[in-house]
Amino acid sequence: MSEIIQQPAHHVKLPEGSIGKQTTTLNLGPTHPATHGVFQNILEVDGERIVSAEQTVGYIHRAFEKIAERRPLYQITPLTDRLNYCSSPINNMGWHMTCEKLLGVQTPKRVDYLRIIIMELARIADHLICNSIVGVDSGAFSGFLYVMQYRELIYEIYEEICGSRLTTNIGRIGGFERNFTPAAFQKLDRFLAEYPGVLKEFIGLFERNRIFMERTIGGGGISAERALNYGFTGPNLRATGVDYDVRVTSPYCSYEDVEFDIPVGSTGDNYDRWQVRNEEMWQSLRIIQQAYDKVKAFTGAEAEVYHADVPEYYLPPKKDVYTKMEALIWHFKIIMGEIDMPAGEVYHSVEGANGELGFYLISDGGRTPYRLHFRRPCFIYYQAYSELTTGSMISDAVITMSSLNLIAGEMDA
Amino acid sequence: MELTPEYLQNRLTEKFGDDLRSVETTYGMFSFEVPAALNLKVLQFLYDDPELQFRFLTDLCAVHYPDQKGRELAVVYHLHNLRKNVRIRMKIFVDILQPDVYTATALFSSANWQERETYDFYGINFVGHPNLKRILNVEEMDYFPLRKEYPLEDQTRIDKDDEMFGRG
Repeated sequence: MSEIIQQPAHHVKLPEGSIGKQTTTLNLGPTHPATHGVFQNILEVDGERIVSAEQTVGYIHRAFEKIAERRPLYQITPLTDRLNYCSSPINNMGWHMTCEKLLGVQTPKRVDYLRIIIMELARIADHLICNSIVGVDSGAFSGFLYVMQYRELIYEIYEEICGSRLTTNIGRIGGFERNFTPAAFQKLDRFLAEYPGVLKEFIGLFERNRIFMERTIGGGGISAERALNYGFTGPNLRATGVDYDVRVTSPYCSYEDVEFDIPVGSTGDNYDRWQVRNEEMWQSLRIIQQAYDKVKAFTGAEAEVYHADVPEYYLPPKKDVYTKMEALIWHFKIIMGEIDMPAGEVYHSVEGANGELGFYLISDGGRTPYRLHFRRPCFIYYQAYSELTTGSMISDAVITMSSLNLIAGEMDA
Repeated sequence: MELTPEYLQNRLTEKFGDDLRSVETTYGMFSFEVPAALNLKVLQFLYDDPELQFRFLTDLCAVHYPDQKGRELAVVYHLHNLRKNVRIRMKIFVDILQPDVYTATALFSSANWQERETYDFYGINFVGHPNLKRILNVEEMDYFPLRKEYPLEDQTRIDKDDEMFGRG
């Protein structure tokens, strides 16, 4: 018998007159259709009600932190793709900015604004999945299918810029690998024109829907104090009423140049989390519009800038590699990982789609990081799952899981 | 009171005297070291003090420095005062032969899994932890993989049969 059976959680009161074990042990996961990823929960249930839950994580652990110790900086970007793969561009940019902080690279404003556009598109794509999955888990499938078109459009924009869709490896240290193409801007125009209407309809499907409200209000709630103690960040923390957003408290990538609000909830339950994410999508649209206007304001040579001038870290264009000596040397040095970086310790964090994504990079002056640690938001807040679900029904626990926006890739690193 | 590095250093020196070591501010973050036995006292002080209020544990991880005899393993805490928006970094060093560190789970619920992860990869024994067992690796594992004595494969090794790897 497992440990939890012998010692039921002390805060649970069994009905009077109970003798011994009257509960059932249930394995939810690791590969259950309702868990959207590799999560295992060993539930102790009394009928339909959860008495205690114990999570097992690590099924897709890939030792990224170890691998990173043998790789030059630019080869670590693809590892970050595979953390939160619903919004890989944010991870990529966060990593580039960490490197830039260590190396002392200043990026041009146009690069910052282009990055903001991409990061906010990624945030929308991520929230879109999370919120529509909450809908699916409460029995409403159409919203999910409907918004997929627009996630597809976002992925097409990525594709125009970096060539890939899910694990994007987008951008380089110092900027982007190539300028945004006219097609990318056309798709962005289309997105900005069509998406607000779609989001409005999507919200309309759920917001005042009685079934949805009754399924989500009051489920999986947490107080602000407990949430902070559990290390919640991102929309999950904001749903409890704490207005902590890395984009505002420690602005990076010129976020201080754009104006937006931080939506907050009050009860921290599934409905509040869902609402906060929706409002964040509106805010992201606002941010994209502002950043896009700023990009359009650049003229002449400035409008062609898409990376900083850092030959030590930024791969030269292939055309130059074939024809110019200097470019060939840099190309060779970068590809072979022969560039020493300055010694130092950097912690840099970005507002990922599900919370504060941090990179703690220690360099001893070598060519690869001495140590790299990822602060993965959902690994940290998933601990609270057992507290969030104890006492609730199994079907509510499934909604709680999807509304926390847990991404197995990020959790297990 | 603004939490400048000087102010933080003064307050900590006032309280802990010579136990405060290696104070520096790198890349905008105030960073210091304290003896391993004092980690909880310092965390509690930083948490409770009405001026300091470092009540958010952002990150907890370990680092292995095999060349520092007697202090091979470092545990690094990143703390955040959300009200005043100041981040600090606290380090403690322990001997790899006896890596005992008091757990911070009583102060921060978020330390629970992060300490388990740190134990899993570095073998830091968090004294008083409610459930100190491996979290990401398999339970049968009998070593701590992120320590430096387990290097990744040398990419230039030549003892492999190249034909098997398309290099023959």
